[in-house]
Amino acid sequence: MLLIECPYCGVRPELEFVYGGQAHVARPHDPAACSDEQWAEFLYWRENAKGVHAERWRHTHGCGRFFNALRDTTRDQFLATYRVGERPPAASSREREPQP
Amino acid sequence: MVDLSSARQQQVLAPTPLLKQLPPAARLVLRGRSQVLAAAADALGLPRSETPCRAVRSDVRAALWLGPDERLLLGSADAAAEMHGLLQRALAGMAHSLVDIGHGQVGFEVSGARAALALNTGCPLDLDPASFPPDMCTRTVFAKAQILLWRTGATTFRLETARSFAPYVTQILALAGRES
Ligand SMILES: [Zn+2]
Repeated sequence: MLLIECPYCGVRPELEFVYGGQAHVARPHDPAACSDEQWAEFLYWRENAKGVHAERWRHTHGCGRFFNALRDTTRDQFLATYRVGERPPAASSREREPQP
Repeated sequence: MVDLSSARQQQVLAPTPLLKQLPPAARLVLRGRSQVLAAAADALGLPRSETPCRAVRSDVRAALWLGPDERLLLGSADAAAEMHGLLQRALAGMAHSLVDIGHGQVGFEVSGARAALALNTGCPLDLDPASFPPDMCTRTVFAKAQILLWRTGATTFRLETARSFAPYVTQILALAGRES
């Protein structure tokens, strides 16, 4: 079973979590000033990363909190998890070898 | 508040050495910042605690950590109004949310040397005392149902689940008890 580390509760089975889409998508400060293209980009355009992807997860069947994760989409490996409002961990911690 | 649910406080199952239904209880979910949680603990005579996944208790009440800003407050069923009053006075003027879920879920005690084994038939957490020690509590899953699991003693767990999930959870647990 895939284990995910909740920044609040610790390591838990994937069953307890739901995926919440790409992380760090900032809402425009003044939506009325956006062009249709800019607004559509905020609403709909997402990365389709092959490799490290920053994404939101929610510990639904646990503490209920949203948090962010760096996940390698080619290996479905979680490289780091961190709380909302924190910056993604530095690149060095992204280079971890796959766990056996 | 009139307890309209008392008429349907049916016994979900007959008690066994592994599993027994707990009597109705007062259950309040409190959400707020640290100062709210601290004030609530003081008002209810409970120790202040911010430790994740840990419960604190007194003789008659308990506060279970559900999330960084969320606690489940437990007491005896007849103390719900008293707890509500104490909290409303202590938290007046502070932003918080206080919800009575006393009728929404039911509690069970799962106990005995094989309690953890039986729970692990549906719950994927490591229930070894080293990683799930007494006083640890958490929301998690049991088969397809969300449950709240609280280790109240070395071989005793309190399990809470939504009233509508109770037959599902207890039937699987009873089956596990027969097999384990
Ligand atoms: Zn969590």
